[in-house]
Parts: sequence; C-alpha cells; structure tokens
Amino acid sequence: MFVLALNFQNVVPATANSDQLFDFWTTLLMLAMLVVLALLLLVGQFLKRQPESVFDPAIVRTFNKRVVTWLTICVLLVVSLLFNRTVTVVLFGLISLWALREFITMTPTRRGDHGTLAWLIFGFTPLQYIMVAMNLYDFYTIVIPVYASLFIPARIAFTGDHKRFLERSAKIQFGLLICVYALSHTPALLYLELETYDRVTQTKIPWTGKTAGLLFFFIVIVQVSDMLHFVWDRLAGKHVIAPGINTTKTWEGVIGSACCTALVGILLQFVTPFTWYGAGFMALIISVMASSGSMTMSAIKRDRGVRDYGTLVQGHAGVLDRIDSMCFAAPIFFHATRFFLNAN
Amino acid sequence: MKQVTVPFLVMLAKVLSGATVRWVDCEPDTCQRVYFANHTSHLDALVLWASLPKPIRALTRPVAAADYWEGGPVRRYMAKSFNALLIDRTKIKVHNSPIDMMIRSIGDTESLIVFPEGGRNHQPEMKPFKSGLFYLAKKRPDLELVPVYIDNLNRVMPKGQFLPVPLLSCISIGAPMWLESGEKKVSFLKRARQAVLDMKDGSDNEF
Repeated sequence: MFVLALNFQNVVPATANSDQLFDFWTTLLMLAMLVVLALLLLVGQFLKRQPESVFDPAIVRTFNKRVVTWLTICVLLVVSLLFNRTVTVVLFGLISLWALREFITMTPTRRGDHGTLAWLIFGFTPLQYIMVAMNLYDFYTIVIPVYASLFIPARIAFTGDHKRFLERSAKIQFGLLICVYALSHTPALLYLELETYDRVTQTKIPWTGKTAGLLFFFIVIVQVSDMLHFVWDRLAGKHVIAPGINTTKTWEGVIGSACCTALVGILLQFVTPFTWYGAGFMALIISVMASSGSMTMSAIKRDRGVRDYGTLVQGHAGVLDRIDSMCFAAPIFFHATRFFLNAN
Repeated sequence: MKQVTVPFLVMLAKVLSGATVRWVDCEPDTCQRVYFANHTSHLDALVLWASLPKPIRALTRPVAAADYWEGGPVRRYMAKSFNALLIDRTKIKVHNSPIDMMIRSIGDTESLIVFPEGGRNHQPEMKPFKSGLFYLAKKRPDLELVPVYIDNLNRVMPKGQFLPVPLLSCISIGAPMWLESGEKKVSFLKRARQAVLDMKDGSDNEF
C-alpha cells in the first residue's frame, strides 16, 4: 500500500498538467484519420455496387469489413479520449477481453481449466489495465509475463488434471500475453513522459506535444501498414513467405509495406517527439512487427483449422483478426519510444 | 419487477454466452414446438430460451430439474422469470408422469424446451436419449420437434463452477421432425439424437 501511495504522488502532478489531451496537430491528425476512413467506407460501398467481373466480391467484402471495424475502433477511441485517459484505458480493456474471449473460444481447453480462465478474465485482465491507468510501469510490465506465467500452470496443476498439461498452460499463457499484455501497451503510450533533444541549446527539454498524438501515430501507422501490405501483396506479390500458413502474404508485401509505411511515418512526424528519421524508423519497426503479428496469428488459425476468428462463431466481427498486428507492434513501439526519449 | 429483471436476465445470458443463433432449415415461428437439445451446462435452458425471438420466448417454457432450480431463492426467482416448468425428478409417479404434466401445462399455445439426455452430460460424447421425447411425440403428434445443438456452453459454465467464463457459444436450430407412423421407440430416439448431432459443426473445443 505504501508503494502504491508513493506512486500515486508521482502520478498526480503529471495528470494535472496534461488534462488537455489534444493540441492542434493531434486534432488535425485525428480528423484526417476519421475523414480518410469515412472516404474508404464510401469507396467500399461504391465497389460493392460494381459488377462482379470488375472486382472480386470476396476482396471487396474483406475490405469493407476491415474499414468498418477500424472506423468503429477509431470513433470509440476518439470519443474515449474526449473524456480522459482512464476512459481510453477502459476501452482497450474491453477490446482485450473481447479478443481474449475469441482466442480462448478457439483454443481447446479442458474442464479443469475453468478456474484458470476465470482468473484471466476477472483477475489478470482488469488488474493489468488498472495498473496501466495508475501508471505503475514497474508492475504492469512484469505481472503477466512473470507472475501470471507462474500462476497459470500452478493453478492448472492444483485442479489435478494432467492431460496435455504443458500444452494447455502454454495456450492460456499465450492468449493472455497477446490479447491483454501486449495490447495494454497501446493506452500506456498516453502516460509516457518524454523529452526531446533541443539542437539550439544542445540540451534535453521536456516534449511539449500530447501523448494522444503518439497514440494516433501508432494506430494510423498500424492501419496504413496493414493496408499497404494488402496492396503490395495484390499488386507485386510473387514470393509467398509460407504457403502452409498464409497463401496471400508475400515478401514483397512485407518489404514494400515496411518501406512505404516508413515514408508515411516521416510525413506524420509532426505529432510525435521523434526527429524525421526517428519517425520513419519507428514506422518501419511498427510495420515489420505488424506483419509478424498477422503471420503468427495466421499460423495459430491454420493450426486450429479456422479461417478467421470472425467466422469461428458466425455473426461475430472478429476483433482479434483486426488487432493482431496492433498487439505485436504495441510493446515494441512503447519500449522503443520509452528507451530513447523517456524523461525520468 | 419482472419487466425489469426479465430483460436484464436475457441480456446477461446473451452477454455471458456470447451466443450466436443459427436457424438452419428452420424459421422462427410461434407454432407449438418442442425444442430438444444436448445438455452440458446449467445455463443451457436459460441461454437457449433467451436466444429465441421475443414473441416466441413468451410462449416457450424450458423444462428443468426442480432439485437444481429450487435450490435457493435466487435460482427459484430466475426459474420463475424464464417461465421454467420444473420437474421433480424424485417424485415421478405413474399416474402423474412428467410427460402428462408437460402436455397439460402447454395447452394448445405454448412450446417446450427439453433436454432428452436426462442429466447434464460431462463427456464429450452425447448420451443416448431418454424415452420421454418419444412419449411426448406419441401423445401429441402435432408438435413440431426441433433439434438444437448447443456448442461451447459447457466451457462457459461447467458443473460445480460458480463463475461463468464468458466465451463465445453457438446455438444451431435444425429442421423440425415428427414421429413417423409406426416408428419404434429405439429407432426414433436414435434418429432424434442424430438430428441434434447433425447440427454440430466445426471441431471440438474441449479435449
């Protein structure tokens, strides 16, 4: 309790002077993002009305589904940010729960795992996001990778069911790590206190921008990367990376989207604390991680014999399908930013 | 009171089970039906009932075990809210068989939800059906018998657990069937069980 109280004291002044989450550039990027998504939505509706011979209806459907999910996520994000950071954290917590729900539904578990799963949903997930909202960096970086990974096998062992023990523990741990731990680094961006290098005085000065801009930068880059990956695969894709896992993902897609996304990153440098080459480099990392994320999730889906998490249970929008790239990129982007620019 | 708690209960059941309802070769209808389903969780009756469209729900009564649903005021209240027809499994007598009770209580407007496996099943394999469904069909041949497969709900809340884990489940409702004239009990029950199994799609998520 003493530790918590101390940390609170550290947090309070930071919250007080950053109650305004938006500045001019952040608002600009936010509006641009919404306008572009709305335009894409219109384009999608237009494509849907075209004769089937011109555009493959399956591709148009995938495109529309993606745009709708992303638009929903972005609108929710903007609305939550209009309140405050805590509401945004809660929003991501709910997204995590939904993704975890999809992941566990697809992953075989046994009856003995029920208690462990209840701990995940009612224990570790809320705890992780509460710690993010309290800015307890030292705790939220280790609770799931260390404590939960010890807790999960032990909890399963105590139920006495040894069948496929290691497999079950690993699956549950992996689901928690990807859907909750990794994703929680996205709202955690809002709590970073950063400093930039001032060329004139040659000293480090506190960054005056808004961390909401950093969050938008990240989300826009992930979306752009996903989209460019799709475009490069269609237009220039020749060398399929792993046909056994995903027949559409190509090396051209990975490299092409990484390079183009880096250029977009440089263009969006104005909302970030990075230099122009820093922003390009970060966008490059995000793009590579996003590609790795969707490859990994494809491998899991292939293993389970489902095409996407959305069709796993008919009628549900597959949240995990949309955020898999974000999950992989979030911790890396968070730590890279923190490593280079952290103020403390 | 009921106007508030019933929609709340329905919403809770839907959120916890994340249930998708697939009507396969069957349309929602208020005609008298007997929905028969596999039974793997306490939540089965509630979730299946909640996933029916509202006008049908108002005319449908799940048949449930009195010993579970009368255990405690909360459960009793819930059973009352979703209009359950409670059967006391310990007091079954020849002159007051549960089948007669069911037929009497539905009159000529209501439908039933039954679980012909008897008790809840904890094995991955479905148990053979008890003969109740056969006698019900014999006494009321006009009832549409609708097979339902409930998938994944056993993982949401298995036996003996207190907290439900809100995973996604799926309810598949199949084509209505009837008792053929002169059909034997054993072959009818087998056919009915197979009709439920046919609604199952995808792989097992419990091993």
